[in-house]
Amino acid sequence: MGNYLEENYDVVIVGAGHAGCEAALACARLGLETIMFTVSVESIALMPCNPNIGGSSKGHLVRELDALGGEMGKNIDKTFIQSKMLNSSKGPAVHSLRAQADKSEYSRQMRRTLENTEHLTIRQAEVADILTDEDKNITGVKTFSGAVYHCRAVVLCTGTYLKARCIYGDVSSYTGPNGLQAANHLTDALKRLGIEIRRFKTGTPARVDRRSIDFSKMEEQFGDKRIVPFSFTTNPEDIQKEQVSCYLTYTNEKTHKIIRDNLDRSPLYSGKIEGTGPRYCPSIEDKVVRFADKDRHQVFVEPEGNYTNEMYLGGMSSSLPEDVQYAMYRTVPGLENVKIVRNAYAIEYDCINPVELKASLEFKNVHGLFSGGQINGSSGYEEAAVQGLIAGINAAMKLLGREPLILDRSEAYIGVLIDDLVTKESSEPYRMMTSRAEYRLLLRQDNADLRLSAKGHEIGLISDERYAKVEEKRKEIDAEIKRLSSVMIGGTSEVTEFLARHNSTALNNGVSLADLIKRPELDYEAIAELDKDRKPLPWDVIEQVNINIKYQGYIERELRQVEHFKKLEKKLIPEDIDYDEVGSLRLEARQKLKNFKPRSIGQASRISGVSPADITVLLVYLESRR
Amino acid sequence: MESRETIAAIATGMGNAGIGIVRISGDDAVAVADRVFKGKNNKKLTNSRSHMAHYGHIYDGEELIDEALVLVMKAPNTYTREDVVEIDCHGGAYVTRRILELVLKNGARAAEPGEFTKRAFLNGRIDLAQAEAVIDVINAKNNYALKSSVSMLNGKLSTEIKKIREELIYNIAFIEAALDDPEHISLDNFVDKLDNFVDKWINAVDKLLTSVDNGKIFTEGVRTVILGKPNAGKSSLLNTLLGEERAIVTDIAGTTRDTLEEQINVHGIILKLIDTAGIRQTEDIVEKLGVDKSRRFAKDADLIIYVVDSSTELDDNDMDIISMINEGVAGKVIVLLNKSDLAARTTENDIKSYIDCPVINISAKEQEGIDELEKKLEEMFLGGELSYNDEIMITRARQKDALRRAKESLELVKDGIAMAVPEDLLTIDLMNGYEELGKIIGESVEEDLVNEIFSKFCMGK
Repeated sequence: MGNYLEENYDVVIVGAGHAGCEAALACARLGLETIMFTVSVESIALMPCNPNIGGSSKGHLVRELDALGGEMGKNIDKTFIQSKMLNSSKGPAVHSLRAQADKSEYSRQMRRTLENTEHLTIRQAEVADILTDEDKNITGVKTFSGAVYHCRAVVLCTGTYLKARCIYGDVSSYTGPNGLQAANHLTDALKRLGIEIRRFKTGTPARVDRRSIDFSKMEEQFGDKRIVPFSFTTNPEDIQKEQVSCYLTYTNEKTHKIIRDNLDRSPLYSGKIEGTGPRYCPSIEDKVVRFADKDRHQVFVEPEGNYTNEMYLGGMSSSLPEDVQYAMYRTVPGLENVKIVRNAYAIEYDCINPVELKASLEFKNVHGLFSGGQINGSSGYEEAAVQGLIAGINAAMKLLGREPLILDRSEAYIGVLIDDLVTKESSEPYRMMTSRAEYRLLLRQDNADLRLSAKGHEIGLISDERYAKVEEKRKEIDAEIKRLSSVMIGGTSEVTEFLARHNSTALNNGVSLADLIKRPELDYEAIAELDKDRKPLPWDVIEQVNINIKYQGYIERELRQVEHFKKLEKKLIPEDIDYDEVGSLRLEARQKLKNFKPRSIGQASRISGVSPADITVLLVYLESRR
Repeated sequence: MESRETIAAIATGMGNAGIGIVRISGDDAVAVADRVFKGKNNKKLTNSRSHMAHYGHIYDGEELIDEALVLVMKAPNTYTREDVVEIDCHGGAYVTRRILELVLKNGARAAEPGEFTKRAFLNGRIDLAQAEAVIDVINAKNNYALKSSVSMLNGKLSTEIKKIREELIYNIAFIEAALDDPEHISLDNFVDKLDNFVDKWINAVDKLLTSVDNGKIFTEGVRTVILGKPNAGKSSLLNTLLGEERAIVTDIAGTTRDTLEEQINVHGIILKLIDTAGIRQTEDIVEKLGVDKSRRFAKDADLIIYVVDSSTELDDNDMDIISMINEGVAGKVIVLLNKSDLAARTTENDIKSYIDCPVINISAKEQEGIDELEKKLEEMFLGGELSYNDEIMITRARQKDALRRAKESLELVKDGIAMAVPEDLLTIDLMNGYEELGKIIGESVEEDLVNEIFSKFCMGK
């Protein structure tokens, strides 16, 4: 097939899911001529699995993305139908926002944003080949129809579409999610570039008709009374609205028996599925087998949107045959007469091995080729979005001749996520968890703006005005903490009476107001009556003041750990290092280091198989080279 | 790794009687020393000029430990280019170790093998050639330390640590699972349960600390193997050495009969006899030489005492032993020509034609030549040819340090619970405790937590 179409762009984005949208917007907003390919324009920002954004640690990712100038937070603020702050009874580090989305509205809204962004072109076509020169510098892409798009950087955001195969029972079809067309040609092109291809799998539960559900047998789950937005730019007052409910019900022994009796018909257990699935989001058949002692599992029934009757059966993803699906769902209270609209299915897809990527998400061996999202072996919309944003930003930085944006583990969950992906070899789809973040007390969702706006501003995705506001907020916080630490109060009768009223120990000697805030039974608001000089402050400033004072001891300890951590992160390893020249390295460590090419001593120390002794050897070698 | 934490170690060889030196290096070196040292004029070391020696006493709280000479050397003109304090004490190995432990309790961390030199290098004090020589040592020692720290642990104690760690990680994982999946897993009333667990763990760690102090975890001494063909006189030698008037016989708890170890105190030098069970029971050490275990003991020992029956000619059994020694052993070899009371068929020259080592004529039966053996041992020891395996003491100090830190972390958890601190903050100290205990049995953390969460708790979506 001859070329009959040729166009020139700066950046090509392959895919228009959550990663692709962020990558495309970042590049275009930074002024680069950007073209985004999708197999179907209708599937832009599609949510093919759960109908929500955020959740534990994922909420953090969205906040961070927002502080860097990404779109997901703004988009869900416009399209949510229920919102909840999870873990609000726990420490501030694990408070996490989660919103139910109106799925089609979410897609439509994102599409509108993309379509109205300058320098951004949307094109429906399947990218079939990646073009490079002989030094493996990106020169363009070729579509299945033979058209060539010249460019200097490509960002791969193919999600689960590469050679996708959907399976339930013995039925399987080579399609992407929701029966959409798979991308069947790009894998071979990647292999030709020397990129390792792996096969992962994931799954989704059935969607059922709302009219066939008896909600009276379920527990209704409401949204929060006071809605907190995802985006720091959204005014909370603008989004207080009527919310829809979700419902909770449970599986039982009958459900489990049906599943056990039909395990031989499950492609998971009969070996029809070869891909590696995640442990954290197991199918219901996995749960029943692995946690045999549990007599019930939760099922969350969640609306897919305001204008559809489809409901999502959270917790019951499956790849059992459709007759078994019907039988098992109908054992669940409230679902006795349920009608399935879309079957549950498992999906297998090709993905790359992210240890072949630099922390900038550029391939180490193909220059100008970036990759973000589920193709990197992650799972989840939010994980995908933040990678898309970082990959997009760094493609732009490369073309603009600027330094890449690399966040480390002490700066952001995004840093933890990407460092884990590119450093630790994972054999299953990677999901963000708060327990993966060593410094989570510092990486709170409430302070993402304070942590990252400066970076977003420097990149060029956060406006001067927005940045100035954040800095103003920082100043107010610091000043208020200083003031509270210096205002001393003594054991006057007023104070004694106040403390007695709050079941708080009486004072023996003078303490600062900050000391009082630290007491578990008190906080900033509670001591207002003792604090005569207090000036009114915005709620988000008060929130920071309260947290910083209350958890000061823990925060300071983490800050000291971070200081230690940073020292090793800052010791960069030159890209041209020859590990064969480093004496005394153990063989395993030498091979690992050659493969990974870690950028810093810190990263090297996290590679499994590289021991502390190897790190010492490496440190000594680097010092001697100076 | 590259931290500037203040570190401490015993700088002298372990066994040498007389002066022992505890060296401290780092920003807090002087402050740490001040906490344990009372100078003659009650002067604080902090106010000392650099490179000054101070006479005074080392105290653990109110308890006097030893008199000492303390040398304060301030950065940068020191070995590590950091502040360095050296405590010279007089009380021999035990007191030196006590002082090291005291220093660790007061803010220093036990130095890794080679860490002083590493700092010296990284701070630009020594050049690469010197440093590379050290690296080999670090590598060897790191491997050894890990092996030995685990192998020296008595099985029961490492089982105990593993048990605490298993419970710890289970509880941490439970909290984490609940935080990551609050809608599936609830933390209601969990803290009360946790509080009970923490009490139990602190209790268990306390017991371990006591047993380290009592020396039940491992024994120290020159690891010694006695070799010789049947009837060469190993048993009588052993009995002579173990003679009531100068022997300390220790039955180490938790070890089984067949790996019984015994200690002999020779003029203050402790010989730890390995694999003596065989000698006493069957005299079949030569046959057992074929067995890997005995061969390994002999190969790794600090000292081999090879007993030759001088009244017979060297036979196949002897040649086996000689060739094993000549293949290379880690320690020193002394040959005892036993049965000097009988007519000699094998002489000192016969032995020396095969092995280059000291040869002593003895008669175990008549108790002759034993003095000469003891003198030889003392000579070798003071000359540094023979020494205690210092890793054992260092490891012991390090393990005690880790246990103490684990306990501190657990106490912080208790405090946190009392202060109604949220669960996600409690996990910080729980995890620290888990890590410290892991150091003792040589296990790293890596993906433990994530694996535990996934394997024990049903996470949903």
